[in-house]
Amino acid sequence: MVRTAIAAALLLSAAPLAAATHDVAAGEGAQQRLQEALIMAAPGDEIVLGAGRFALDDGLSLDVANVTVRGAGMEQTVLDFTGQQGAGEGLLITSDGVTLRDFALENPKGDGIKSKGADDIVYHRIRVTWTRGPDAGNGAYGIYPVESTGVLVEGCQVSGASDAGIYVGQSRAITVRNSIVEANVAGIEIENSRDALVENNFATRNTGGILIFDLPSLPVMGGGNVIVRRNLVVANDTANFAPPGNIVAGVRRGTGVLIMANDTVLVEDNVIDGNPTAGVMVVAYPQAFEDARYNPFPRNVVVGANDFGRNGYAPQLDGAAQLLAAFGGSLPPVLWDGLSAGGTALRVAEGVTGWTLGLTRQGQPVAEARPAPLAVPRPEDRAAPAVGAPATLDARLAL
Amino acid sequence: MRRSAVLLAAASLALAGAVAGRGAAPAGVSDAVVTGEAMPRFLSDYGFFADAAAQEPAAGVVPYRLNTPLYSDGADKLRFVYVPAGARAKAQGEELIDLPVGSALIKTFAFTENGKRRLVETRVLLHRAGGWVALPYLWNAEQTEAVLAVAGARVPITTPQDEAISYRVPNKNQCKECHGLNGAVIPIGPKARNLSRDWLARMVAAGHLDAVPAGADRLPMWEDHRKVAVADAARAYLDVNCAHCHRPGATASNSGLDLRWEQNDAQAIGIGKRPVAAGRGAGGHLFDIVPGKPGESILVHRMASSEPGVAMPEIGKATIDREGLAVVERWIRELPAS
Repeated sequence: MVRTAIAAALLLSAAPLAAATHDVAAGEGAQQRLQEALIMAAPGDEIVLGAGRFALDDGLSLDVANVTVRGAGMEQTVLDFTGQQGAGEGLLITSDGVTLRDFALENPKGDGIKSKGADDIVYHRIRVTWTRGPDAGNGAYGIYPVESTGVLVEGCQVSGASDAGIYVGQSRAITVRNSIVEANVAGIEIENSRDALVENNFATRNTGGILIFDLPSLPVMGGGNVIVRRNLVVANDTANFAPPGNIVAGVRRGTGVLIMANDTVLVEDNVIDGNPTAGVMVVAYPQAFEDARYNPFPRNVVVGANDFGRNGYAPQLDGAAQLLAAFGGSLPPVLWDGLSAGGTALRVAEGVTGWTLGLTRQGQPVAEARPAPLAVPRPEDRAAPAVGAPATLDARLAL
Repeated sequence: MRRSAVLLAAASLALAGAVAGRGAAPAGVSDAVVTGEAMPRFLSDYGFFADAAAQEPAAGVVPYRLNTPLYSDGADKLRFVYVPAGARAKAQGEELIDLPVGSALIKTFAFTENGKRRLVETRVLLHRAGGWVALPYLWNAEQTEAVLAVAGARVPITTPQDEAISYRVPNKNQCKECHGLNGAVIPIGPKARNLSRDWLARMVAAGHLDAVPAGADRLPMWEDHRKVAVADAARAYLDVNCAHCHRPGATASNSGLDLRWEQNDAQAIGIGKRPVAAGRGAGGHLFDIVPGKPGESILVHRMASSEPGVAMPEIGKATIDREGLAVVERWIRELPAS
């Protein structure tokens, strides 16, 4: 009994030492060699990508738990998908406990890195770039974790995504931090997800900076419990280049932070400046839907103290000229559509100004707006929601 | 605990590799190879074929066809099922027949070029104690052996439509992209509804199956697609070509699109459903399916594309299935706008 316990303990303690490192260099046959390494890795192994440009002609995938894929740096190791002939994304992760760090993807034909049903994943210093800049022909998402619990995106950079640079969907326990999203339709999007922390990011030159959404008819709904704090949301002024049909194609050029149909969202301590339509927009889902489980209204959204610069100076809204005239040259930073149901949609801190479209029913056209100054209650003295990725994921950053 | 299991598995893999040399082809199927832990290097290691080049199966390996098959760039597909002696598969209504541990599904993809059949790849699904394992084997130029290709391959092919393509042999992970359900690998093809009643009866008579499943043989024969109700042909096509991913618990579950044969909710199968993560795949259209308007339906747009990032299915084919597309277009055109 004691002997087997000792033997088992030895096996367990020996296990980390058994983890192997597999070096993969750029050059001839990179597709085959890298994909083979990703398949043959054992749980706990590390795949080390050399510096250089890996010319890839197919999507890659990883389905082994607790593997680290490490490059020599997001400018040094580039997975180049310009010649990609197949698959819907550059790299697909379907196993738990994976760490991706210090490499880049360029020009994937579809999404950049998709991790689906991949719990406890870390994206650290990953860059995804569509090198021709904003273009409707670019892939939809750069960094795309979905249906996962435990997501940490830290120190990443995405530009050119025709939907969202960093998109977290149908997930929970999420942190997106210290990342730069530039020239995407949406910079960062948290969709149908809960317990998310979006902090210390720089969102600029996107159509919309940071989007917190909930959509109907999806396997996971009921998005909420989100904190958006200490981000730079500055000069998001790129014309919307999303292919029509996608929900983000409706995002108006120059939206700083957009909250749609979510429950309990706190926006505070951000610098929000130079966003031509609105600094913060809080709205209901605008389209018709048939899903009885779905709540289309914003609930318990709090806009706390933020450093608002000049926003709403060139709004992509009907009657913009009259609105600007009425509000004295630029619109106040917070825009609410006026819709709520069963509780308070929006509270703002003292000194935060805004206006409402004065809509009275979900799905009402914006053309029927009856604009008025914002008059909503002050925030209640409540503890901020517990949000973010598990601390164990942060611990992996140091390894 | 899990670690030690992994170490043990690795050890047995090494052992099996040492003994599973490429000797004389075993007489008949090697149950030990099918159920072992190893990834055999050669297709011949299993002994599935009496004459592999001729695709003549060994004793106990039974050929079958599906009423409506998956489109794979027009490849001829030679399908076989193996149920070990002394075991029997179980009927499960119209769903997958429940193949016991030790069973295997074998599918060879072939193209006819210059009047000669060329075997390109053989995919095997092995039902082992720990679950199903999917492995791809690539045929050599001499057509004498197929070798394990875990990372897949690209092979220049001329399709029956005379299109010269770079044919993709899937890698091991891509096998799971289609064969994965709730984290496990499962077969896709042998659902009773897509198998002929006669074949199932022969399987029962041979002792391989406990009963002819209720709900067998419901999907139309694809070659009859012009004769049957277009809805049946189209829904069968979508079930077989799309629903392994577009269903709850599978690779495309997050899209909310559920194209299974048995799904009757209009929105779930795409009618009036907005896209979620389609990106440029939406092609400027607002809904997956617009009744009466195939030209405005995202589903059609993506089926009609061969461009990565737009084309559906994402893997498993490089060309457009014109015949399948025409059936789906006709179905959508005839859908009543309600």
